[in-house]
Amino acid sequence: MNLATLPTRKLEDWRYADVDALARVWPPAHGPERISVRAGDADRMVITGLEAKDGVALREIEITLWPGARFSLFALVHGAPYARLGIKVELMEGAHFELGGVILGSGDQTLEIVSDVHHAAPDATSNQVVRSVLAGTATGSALNRVRVARDAQRTDAVQSIRAMLLDRGASANAKPELEILADDVKCAHGATVGELDRQALFYLAARGLPPQEARRLMLQAFIADAFVAGESHLAGHGDVARIEQAALAALGALL
Amino acid sequence: MLTIDNLHAEVGGTNQSRPILTGLSLSVKAGEVHAIMGPNGAGKSTLAYVLGGRPGYEVTGGTVSYMGQDLLAMEPHERAAAGLFLGFQYPVEIPGVSNLQFLREALNSQRRARGEEPLSGGEFLKLAREKAALLKMDMEMLKRPVNVGFSGGEKKRNEMVQMGILDPAFAVLDETDSGLDIDALRVVGEGINAIMRKPGKGVLLITHYQRLLDYVRPDFVHVLSSGRIVRTGGPELALQLEEQGYEAVA
Repeated sequence: MNLATLPTRKLEDWRYADVDALARVWPPAHGPERISVRAGDADRMVITGLEAKDGVALREIEITLWPGARFSLFALVHGAPYARLGIKVELMEGAHFELGGVILGSGDQTLEIVSDVHHAAPDATSNQVVRSVLAGTATGSALNRVRVARDAQRTDAVQSIRAMLLDRGASANAKPELEILADDVKCAHGATVGELDRQALFYLAARGLPPQEARRLMLQAFIADAFVAGESHLAGHGDVARIEQAALAALGALL
Repeated sequence: MLTIDNLHAEVGGTNQSRPILTGLSLSVKAGEVHAIMGPNGAGKSTLAYVLGGRPGYEVTGGTVSYMGQDLLAMEPHERAAAGLFLGFQYPVEIPGVSNLQFLREALNSQRRARGEEPLSGGEFLKLAREKAALLKMDMEMLKRPVNVGFSGGEKKRNEMVQMGILDPAFAVLDETDSGLDIDALRVVGEGINAIMRKPGKGVLLITHYQRLLDYVRPDFVHVLSSGRIVRTGGPELALQLEEQGYEAVA
């Protein structure tokens, strides 16, 4: 991120950003947070919300994973009128990166998770799961890029981006992006945008669940996908429970 | 208990809706089991969905009174809380939502709506175990996501486990027998009797075949054709239909 000039929507990574809001707080007080995980170590980070200033919440994180290192990032993006989580990851040999992101938006919020995951060396793996639930006229964007360097053979990268629109005016941008220079790689990617299954809603209602509870139950299951990996990675730390609680509370505001 | 009077309904489509029920009248008293039989396209499933309140099924005339209330004015979840159960012909798969969690929330929503105390986790599990055993269903299956990966027969059995747990006053069962093998049919039939054959309860059993009626003996059999009841009789009418076909009888 170049702090000298205000980004414009001509830049792919800022294409759906609220640049008017951004102008109010630009340039940011500090550069990106830097995290480095030593060879063979494992670390994690749980973000249950982003801190906002003048209605804008920006958080940029740059992560370097040395050979065999593992890092899990679970993040909930919600709350501020404009919130953006930017993540840059550099993976060395045999390292693993895990992203579980949830975007919950309503009103006219603009919320983003933008990632750039660079497989710089062989045998590294990454898994990025982003789930968005958008109501009102909110816009939620998940722009997740995987880059595989020329000699990063046997890379295994997964991207799964799904969005659920609750109202007619809500928008979702789901963009998995791949740039592959090596030839022996597995890069799975999927993106869907949809709405709640009406047949399922009627089925739940027919068993006695009021519409709001039926929606809550289905959306809870939908966003839980982003935390599945956390069940094993963070076991015993209560972190998954903490972020799931925060997500459920935020979900309540959307129903 | 349930009185349907001159019911007209149509199924709304994107371009045109067409009338399906054309003046259907029927009355079920407490303690009675009524079977509705009829050829494909007669309106059997439409009747079930209209009673359940499914969106897209529009009532254009007539009334339905359920235990003294105007059923058609109630939302689907209110109908359930009032004790109406709809057994689906095609139970819906809901990925990610656990059967047990959903059933506990559904039961407790119903109880709250009726002013009753919600069941605790332990009380609920005990109840679920008992009903799963009644329908010879593995408890492990109840922990899985709703109907996901279930065979046709398992889905129908699951419907009956749900009915057992929710303990409704009135059940509308839409082709609960289709997709069941001979043994499962007997288990499901006995389950319906155990759960619903009680003095204060009523059942509307929609079926194509006479076989289920060997296990769940109806008090009345109605023949539905072109959206209305064209003939009513006792259990012997089902046997006659099986032998001679709808065209000859109706």
